[in-house]
Amino acid sequence: MTTRSGTGVSRPGFVWAAPAAVFFGLFALLPLVLVVVLSFAEWNGLSSPRFSGLGNWQRLFDDPVMLKSLWLSVLLTVLGVVVQSPLSILLGVWAAGHQRNRAVLSAIYFVPLLLSAAAVSVLWRAVLDPNFGVPAHAEWLVGDGNLFGTQSSAIGVLAFVSAWQFTPLHTLIHQGAARAVPQVLYQAAQIDGAGKVRQFFHITLPQLRNSIITSMILMVVGGLTTFDTVLILTQGGPGTDTTISAYYMYQKAFKNFDYGTASAIGVLLVLVATVISLIVVRLSGYDRMRSTMEGL
Amino acid sequence: MSKRRPNYLAGFGSLIWLFLVGLPLYVMLVATLQSRADYAANGPLSFPENLTFDNYIKDFNSGFGQYFLNTAIVTVCVVGIVVLLVPPLSYAIVRSRSRLTNTVFRLFLLGLAIPSQAVIVPMFFVMSEAGLYDNLIGVVLPTAAFAMPVCALILSGVMRDITPELYEAMTVDGASPRRVFFQLVLPLSRSGLSTIVVFSALQAWNGFLFPLVLTQSAGTKVITMGLYDFQTEHGVDIPGMLAAVVLSMLPILLVYLFARRALVQGLMGVGGK
Repeated sequence: MTTRSGTGVSRPGFVWAAPAAVFFGLFALLPLVLVVVLSFAEWNGLSSPRFSGLGNWQRLFDDPVMLKSLWLSVLLTVLGVVVQSPLSILLGVWAAGHQRNRAVLSAIYFVPLLLSAAAVSVLWRAVLDPNFGVPAHAEWLVGDGNLFGTQSSAIGVLAFVSAWQFTPLHTLIHQGAARAVPQVLYQAAQIDGAGKVRQFFHITLPQLRNSIITSMILMVVGGLTTFDTVLILTQGGPGTDTTISAYYMYQKAFKNFDYGTASAIGVLLVLVATVISLIVVRLSGYDRMRSTMEGL
Repeated sequence: MSKRRPNYLAGFGSLIWLFLVGLPLYVMLVATLQSRADYAANGPLSFPENLTFDNYIKDFNSGFGQYFLNTAIVTVCVVGIVVLLVPPLSYAIVRSRSRLTNTVFRLFLLGLAIPSQAVIVPMFFVMSEAGLYDNLIGVVLPTAAFAMPVCALILSGVMRDITPELYEAMTVDGASPRRVFFQLVLPLSRSGLSTIVVFSALQAWNGFLFPLVLTQSAGTKVITMGLYDFQTEHGVDIPGMLAAVVLSMLPILLVYLFARRALVQGLMGVGGK
């Protein structure tokens, strides 16, 4: 249990990590292994799973809805990054100031973060309800008032609600990073006569590099796995026009009882998320990511 | 000592965002305080004339009391498991020289990248086999497991800041790893502990996916499920539905008011997931 190094410092052994490791292994890693196994099997939830080779995968790549769902996932993810990144950087830098009114406003800005994804989606579903919501009283703005009726407006709603929910989180990340920028840099720039805008582009933005990388990774992984919002706001509709991959997986499993194909989609999600995380870790370096977190 | 010129552009932008954040929250609060008929007649933007708390009372009596209790049970259990398992783990990660511990740490880092969406099918399979389907324990176990990587990362980061001299001083006195853990490491990582408590509690309280696929009956429904069902079954009762949303966020709002710092740090952890 105790190992002693040269200096006589007693160190904890593996025993200390064992309970957590076993627990995590059973309820996170084992399912991960099983999802890979199940992706090569046919299983309807009643009889026991039966090995079927690459059958699920074959069907998946021949399935037009699947391909469409991948494209929609990517589209929503890109929309998320494009909308939320600039917004959260600007808000974060603004909120990093120590003025009192900013502190009060920031406290309100972070409220969406406190709500569960389910609560956020139900709230917006109600606010945007075609018959009883705001659109019914703002025809001049939204036409017939049914924002869930066409693909482009439904995607717009999903992107907007995601931005509403997650911009505060990224704002928080950038706020911490912006506060950590050494004031000397700004003082030096002021002496050189650089204006606010130039200071922002030549000092603040480069200094936020790590937090920008971190938040982009989160946006990409979060965007690819968006599920609750789609389930509650659009149910993948109209038709399959907002059926993104994670939602399609849920449908395959718990509506069509095709657990094998659903598992294959699950594996695909893990692969994409892992590849992106690895790319990010490569780009930024784990240590530097940690130091970004410590600045908060 | 140049006086700073107020940044009007940024101020204007921040007010627009305030409007976007505030509008739905305003609609929500105002809608819940009036009857369904009044809401339908007045529309979502007007201020109610006859204030009423009926929506809240009705929701609470139509099952949300039970859902509250279920959510509280899940939350307490998840936090309990995390607080029991993660501190020794983080201690080992920071202090142990064993290669096995190092491997475990790498596995937890890998766990950061596993989206919980990806494992819902095997989770359903495992819990059904284990006889834990439609049982709150079946929700607690995966929720706790998926909160652990972020918590381990947060806590080991805090423990790493304890200087080696302190460890050495204790070991000179002949302290065992156990005594070092309880008398040095735990007291010095209190801030990290409160962060992981808040983070895991948020994960449990707001959890949606695992309850969705692992529970079914009214007796095991958690609040987020209650919201979802309300929306699918009585989606037209907007004041009632929004009152349920407000109820679901009340406990977190209270924590936000009284322990803002710990909560914000816990939220940052949410970002880590």
